[in-house]
Amino acid sequence: MEIPSIVGAGLIVIGAGVGIGRIGGSAMEAIARQPEASGKIQTAMLIAAALIEGIGFAALFAG
Amino acid sequence: MRSKLTIRLITLLFFLMPFLSMAGGEKAAGTDLKSEIKAYIQHHLEDTYDFSLYSYTTDEGVHKYIGFPLPVILWDNGLRVFSSSKLHHGESVAQVDDAFYKLDHGKIYKTDADGTITYDESHHATNVKPLDFSITKNVFTIMMVAVLLLVVFSRMAKTYKSNSIPSGIGRILEPIVLYVRDDIAIPNIGKKHYKRYMSYLLTVFFFVWTINLLGLTPLGINVTNNIAVTFCLAILTYLITTFTAKKDYWMHIFWMPGVPKLMRLVLAPIELLGTFIKPFSLMIRLYANITAGHIVLMSLIGLMFIFKSWLGSSLSFMLAFALGILELLVAALQAYIFTMLSALYFGSAVEEHDHDHAH
Repeated sequence: MEIPSIVGAGLIVIGAGVGIGRIGGSAMEAIARQPEASGKIQTAMLIAAALIEGIGFAALFAG
Repeated sequence: MRSKLTIRLITLLFFLMPFLSMAGGEKAAGTDLKSEIKAYIQHHLEDTYDFSLYSYTTDEGVHKYIGFPLPVILWDNGLRVFSSSKLHHGESVAQVDDAFYKLDHGKIYKTDADGTITYDESHHATNVKPLDFSITKNVFTIMMVAVLLLVVFSRMAKTYKSNSIPSGIGRILEPIVLYVRDDIAIPNIGKKHYKRYMSYLLTVFFFVWTINLLGLTPLGINVTNNIAVTFCLAILTYLITTFTAKKDYWMHIFWMPGVPKLMRLVLAPIELLGTFIKPFSLMIRLYANITAGHIVLMSLIGLMFIFKSWLGSSLSFMLAFALGILELLVAALQAYIFTMLSALYFGSAVEEHDHDHAH
């Protein structure tokens, strides 16, 4: 049985979504714990989210 | 006084624009609406040979285009330059000297006098494709943005010669320039080397941001969702990283210090591949984000015409409005991410390690 590539793309997008959600959640917790470091945390969060997002989009276009 | 008038004019223009493009949407009732919207979105994502704001079909079935043509430059046994109005949006054959050209699916092909285009099994045109150096809509927009940025920033720079307090547009742009310097360049590249990269980082930031923002106006511009454009931007980052890299950068790629000898052989190809993946991900990220945004936004606007009920249409309008505001954020965010990651890569290229300790 052949599985269409769009299914794989969907799976990867789910994974990317979970990943970005976890990054966002952890960043929120970190900011709540240390509000004075929010600038640095935000930057790191955005970079990490962007890296995962890249994979998600690559999958989306491959699928 | 003059700048106030300009601002008012621009504001007026932007308020008028949505009505123009709305009028463009309500064309040709009766045909299959869904496939028409699909084709409309597809068409929007493509580069075109003329700058048309919108098109409509008259009651007599004649397609009318509102906009202006741009020059077509072809290399086909000699340079051939003609106006894109000759192509008539693919509806007729353009004769240039002794050669004939026709537009098919957004590409120019060489044809005979009747404009016959032959296709192979996979429905690709088999006609000869001349080398194309045309000033297309994207090229035109890039040129306009380049001129705009040059004028704005050189004027801004001039005001600092006499007075260190910013005036005019500098009052808005100075904090952004400082932000790029203090929050993007210095933390990632380091105080010692950041000055060399500032010109590129600022250029790329403002260029991508301006172009992304222009893509959200109903002018129908979409430059950053052309993968060739993001490819060139990523290549620039790659070249700058490669050619300004210090000894330590290459050492960390080919002979990673602090790792067992055998591991170094395994790591070298992976690290080398990584240098290509970095700019590749830059290219895909910008391209995919903006393309996805445009597709979703246009689909939501298209839904208004499918629902045809005041409830459904107003709902999709509100969704489109909310998404439009989100896209404003994405436009700035993608410019920021591109600049930030470029700075990060430059930083890794000039980083000087202290090799007394293993890491």
